[in-house]
Amino acid sequence: MKKTLLSASAVCLAMAVPFGSVMADENADLIINGELEITVRAPAPAHMEGTGISEIMSGWVFRATETQAFEMDDFENPGMIFTEAAIDAWNTVEGEAGESCASCHGTPEDMAGVSAVYPRWNEGAGEVRTMTTQINDCRTEQMGAEAWDYDKNDMLNMQALLASVSRGMPVDVAIDGPAAETWEMGRELYYTRTGQLDLSCANCHEQNYGNLIRADHLSQGMINGFPTYRLKNARLNGVHSRFRGCVRDTRAETYSVGSPEFVALELYVASRGNGLSVEGPSVRN
Amino acid sequence: MADNVTPRVRVPREAAAGETITIKTLISHPMESGQRKDGDGNVIPRSIINRFTCEFNSEMVIDVTFEPAISTNPFLEFEAVVPESGTFVFTWYDDDSSVYTDSKDIAVN
Repeated sequence: MKKTLLSASAVCLAMAVPFGSVMADENADLIINGELEITVRAPAPAHMEGTGISEIMSGWVFRATETQAFEMDDFENPGMIFTEAAIDAWNTVEGEAGESCASCHGTPEDMAGVSAVYPRWNEGAGEVRTMTTQINDCRTEQMGAEAWDYDKNDMLNMQALLASVSRGMPVDVAIDGPAAETWEMGRELYYTRTGQLDLSCANCHEQNYGNLIRADHLSQGMINGFPTYRLKNARLNGVHSRFRGCVRDTRAETYSVGSPEFVALELYVASRGNGLSVEGPSVRN
Repeated sequence: MADNVTPRVRVPREAAAGETITIKTLISHPMESGQRKDGDGNVIPRSIINRFTCEFNSEMVIDVTFEPAISTNPFLEFEAVVPESGTFVFTWYDDDSSVYTDSKDIAVN
């Protein structure tokens, strides 16, 4: 009995402890549930010419073998738990209009491909919208319900659900036309050094991906796998919260979650992943 | 009282007699340790799954004590030998005295 108890605890503890020093299998391919092929390496999109990156890679490639394995089976992917909660929300009638997500959009599977093209220019609103702002627009304008908080549980669950039905489809964010101005702003931010450490996104994720920053294995900073289940906090994490963490780590005052700066940065960073598969909810350390 | 607690189990549908199979279980649960404090400095009461059992045709396969250090949404993977067709019954015991169960049939051929 004692032995059983010990070994069972060991399994659970191993899940809770991210182990940065274990190196990744950088040549591994990601196939989910033995059938869904995910593109984790792709030729860099044309706009990245001159960055020194010819092949873009999903953050999955940089994670330890054990962390990679979580994502290869939906049963073992802790992020998938949250999509189930979102299915309930999808079918729940909320707000004054007496509508649910389902009453307009059918099943979540009908939304396949949507996650792949966001952030996206919205003609009516005259702005670039993220999935979050679009979902909240639906909630407040169509449903007469209250908006969900940016990067908080309900919102991340729904984004994880919408990402999960688009998994395997290539990220294809439009950067031309009316979105170009926002995209330029995002690019500007990507290369702007911030904080006491005087680091830009590019310093780590363009010039030093694959290297260790202390115990962490630097990725290319792709966001095709968001929302991301992180072992360090055992919940889903949004793109803007992740940006915030990065900027904070340069010891700078950060932009706030949902700010125009982060929307622009999200558009730019998403466009660097054009060609990779939508992968959310992914598992990272 | 923990909300949205849903057990999930994966057991092969069939196996050969005497074969060792792998069973995976997962239950969504906050596993509040009782060590944390809220914004006002008050201790958040402990709320965890404290015991898990798996029985096969009324015979105990595994009986596990869970402690507060075990992470949110505990995932458990273990092996079992199946001598005959039957049913695995999985039971999770919550601190709030709720009991969650799931069962899976397996055919031995």
